[in-house]
Amino acid sequence: MVRVTLDNVSKFFGKVKAVVDLELEIRDGEFVALLGPSGCGKTTTLLMVAGIYKPTRGRILFDDEDVTDLPPKDRNIGMVFQSYALYPHMTVYDNIAFPLKLKKVPKQEIDRKVREVAKLLQIDELLGRKPAQLSGGQRQRVALGRALVKEPDVLLLDEPLSNLDAKLRILMRAEIKRLQKELGITTIYVTHDQVEAMSMADRIAVMNKGRLQQYADPQTLYNKPANLFVAGFIGSPPMNLIEGSVVEENGAYYFVTPSFKYRLPKEIGELVASKTSDVILGIRPEDIRIVIGDGDDTAINGKVYVVEPLGRDLLVNVKAGDTLFKILAPADLQLESGQDILMAPDERKIHIFDKKTGKAIV
Amino acid sequence: MPRRLGRKVLPFLFLAPMLLMIVLAWVAPLILTVYLGFTDLSIKNLLAFIKDFFTDRVQRTLENFRRIFYAKDPNIGETLRVTVLYVASVLSINAVYALLLSIAIAYFTKNELISMILRITWLLPRITPGIIYALMWIWFIDPQYGLLNKMLQAMGVPDGWLPDSWLLRKPYSQMLMIMINGYVGASFGMIVYTAAIKSIPPDLVNAALVDGASEFQVARRVIIPLLKWPILFVTAWQTLSLLSSYEYILMVWGAGSGGQYGIARSAGVMVWSLYSYTKAFSEYLYGYASALSLILVVIGLTLIVLYFKIFGFKRLMEPSRVEV
Ligand SMILES: Nc1ncnc2c1ncn2[C@@H]1O[C@H](COP(=O)(O)OP(=O)(O)OP(=O)(O)O)[C@@H](O)[C@H]1O
Ligand SMILES: [Mg+2]
Repeated sequence: MVRVTLDNVSKFFGKVKAVVDLELEIRDGEFVALLGPSGCGKTTTLLMVAGIYKPTRGRILFDDEDVTDLPPKDRNIGMVFQSYALYPHMTVYDNIAFPLKLKKVPKQEIDRKVREVAKLLQIDELLGRKPAQLSGGQRQRVALGRALVKEPDVLLLDEPLSNLDAKLRILMRAEIKRLQKELGITTIYVTHDQVEAMSMADRIAVMNKGRLQQYADPQTLYNKPANLFVAGFIGSPPMNLIEGSVVEENGAYYFVTPSFKYRLPKEIGELVASKTSDVILGIRPEDIRIVIGDGDDTAINGKVYVVEPLGRDLLVNVKAGDTLFKILAPADLQLESGQDILMAPDERKIHIFDKKTGKAIV
Repeated sequence: MPRRLGRKVLPFLFLAPMLLMIVLAWVAPLILTVYLGFTDLSIKNLLAFIKDFFTDRVQRTLENFRRIFYAKDPNIGETLRVTVLYVASVLSINAVYALLLSIAIAYFTKNELISMILRITWLLPRITPGIIYALMWIWFIDPQYGLLNKMLQAMGVPDGWLPDSWLLRKPYSQMLMIMINGYVGASFGMIVYTAAIKSIPPDLVNAALVDGASEFQVARRVIIPLLKWPILFVTAWQTLSLLSSYEYILMVWGAGSGGQYGIARSAGVMVWSLYSYTKAFSEYLYGYASALSLILVVIGLTLIVLYFKIFGFKRLMEPSRVEV
């Protein structure tokens, strides 16, 4: 097992900047998710770690060894591709045995290892089949088996669950996480599904347009998003983000929009006002309380617009002037469209971002 | 009602010119060939034959086939040997060498520009008019002025090894025949192969590299197995087309027994189809020539039936598909 370090790595395809100045360290045995929208450079990053692409700039280290110029076959990596990339002309058995055959492992040992991995992944019944005769979930296991059989130092998984149905995906999520912990292999897991990343990874690297946005554990990412992109990307339903400005009146600080005015806690107000006045306020749907009747003086007036029952909760759309808030409320709350209510944001859960740079101030 | 009728008739109306072409260019000659093959038509009885066309007065005979199968024609054995040599050697260039070349060009050459230039080099003979291609070879191999001998000398081939005439001296003439047809024929295989190689998902190659394969192992264990159908396809079609092709040999060596270039037989490059051509157009033995052609037609049709059995119709018509 190794520690993987990406030292200021960039990859350009002609004019396309797929990855820009990526700094990332994955600890020995750690499970890191690369999370970001389509085209943000996740696969490119993986292929650089695998040695398929050579970085345009920067170095890649396994422990303290510089592997930037090492060909893939000398890196001892296991990889599951987005498309699985099983060899269509080989049986499941031969697919899994392929990395060992290339290593010139003795036949008997190959056989033992292939059967062992097949058993672990519950595909021992399928060894004689060709990939075309497998379901998506089975193919995914075979691909995983092929990656694991050589006992790699680093495991790279490129959206391995994206082709599976929702139920199987949740099942395999737990399975992969258990397997990773059991084997203790340093793992990079690419996904654009934030729930997948949050539920599986020790740490998450959020990427956008080739650049690293934030690298932290799931809780930190959720509670302290470093910028607007992360704030909007993590969490479902997404955080409410409202443009406005911070002004001071008689020693109190207010967040002001054309639709409403909201009094900020004094410390937050002071901090923000000392930096900028054009800001974006962020508050998660579950951090706003709906109050019917009288509330305290910081509450915002609103009108219920639409109520979407989600089963466990209600997703309430509330309009304050022209601004739409999404609020998660207990399922038993009785609300009607057009009803006047008060919104009480949890002061401790407020985020404020600089509108110009998008960086978090609070 | 008229509309529905139109729907049934219209496609045939549109297809009519092509169907007519097929009938005129293929079916009619085939019937004629079969018919002529069983007659003793030659320049001597041509006028009488035309007068009696398809009547009882035309003498029907098996003599032509007796000449072929009982080896009454002393050239048959040699022609057969040359044909087998020709088809087998050119085929191995067109199917096997073209495969190696395609892998070299489409996989090992990572630079797109160089890859394209190499591909065009091999396409050149295909897009050059045949007669010019043939002339270029004739100039190229001229023992006195041609480049070939000079190049070979420069490469250190001793003078004693070089023939006084590439055209006439066996086995050099046969090597030349193979080269001329191999070079022009390789492009077909290469087009099919390079398209097939390019259609292999890059992930598959990447997976093999990550699994620990060298570039060479990727070619041998992933790319070539995936090209199974394209290889069979090219082999099948090329066999058919080689059996009936003689135009470059004709252009370089000439036909018949006389004339400036009428030296194909003595040069040992007289293939079956050219032999049939010679019988028809320099010896004017139309009946015998038809019988010779007919044998090629029968072999060709047998092969086609065989291919359809092996491949199925769809695979035969979709050359570049790689099954993934
Ligand atoms: N071989 C290539 N040549 C040119 N551009 C490329 C190449 N590979 C990727 N790109 C570009 O680089 C960017 C990042 O691509 P990448 O495949 O890494 O995205 P991704 O994050 O994996 O997306 P997805 O979630 O859709 O798989 C994209 O804009 C893509 O078009
Ligand atoms: Mg990708």
